[in-house]
Amino acid sequence: MTVQQIHVKLFARAKELVNSELISVTISEGMTVEQLRLAIAEQYPELQPLSNQLLIAIDNAYAGESQILNPEQEVACFPPVSGG
Amino acid sequence: MTPDYISISDQPIDYTATTERVRSNECGAVVLFLGTVREMTAGRQTVALDYEAYPEMAQKTMQQLITEARTQWPVHAVAIEHRVGHLPLGEISVAIAVSSAHRKQAFEAGRFLIDRLKEIVPIWKKENWSDGTSEWEHREFKTN
Repeated sequence: MTVQQIHVKLFARAKELVNSELISVTISEGMTVEQLRLAIAEQYPELQPLSNQLLIAIDNAYAGESQILNPEQEVACFPPVSGG
Repeated sequence: MTPDYISISDQPIDYTATTERVRSNECGAVVLFLGTVREMTAGRQTVALDYEAYPEMAQKTMQQLITEARTQWPVHAVAIEHRVGHLPLGEISVAIAVSSAHRKQAFEAGRFLIDRLKEIVPIWKKENWSDGTSEWEHREFKTN
């Protein structure tokens, strides 16, 4: 199985915990959002305080857990929103 | 039809301009909601708030909310403006203006827009407390 690097934008507390606005996550080809979540937790343990609360967006829309990722997409990861 | 207006900016919100964007002779009602930086939250004193956005997605999500509002109410025009950056007490963080033929529709659509904005639009708020600490507001912290 081909291994890929996927870039993930971080926001708010997620960005502060990692001290970077962009992380690179190693994933297998055809990986789902659910698997990306596990890969992020494993490769960036700093995000542990946000554990299962992190939301994933693909191409500027909230992603479903079974959605398949590809490296050309814009992927973002952030805590629950609190605007207003 | 007046085009809808969406803005995410670090510049102060001119709520007169926001309101004027939606006014029309077809409308008997204009509702303006302003969110402002409040001093006291659950007994703690705020000095300022910092807002951060994921601008492209926030813009797109706000547009989706306007589309949803239009399926439920005969809205004439909507303007949504959200501020990012460092906001001292009293500053306006968000302005939503809605116009419609009658007031009920404008009130209901306006309420829907601000409620849903707070649920799904990717913007985050950090409290700067008077004791010198700061923390990101977070849904899990609101449930206590």
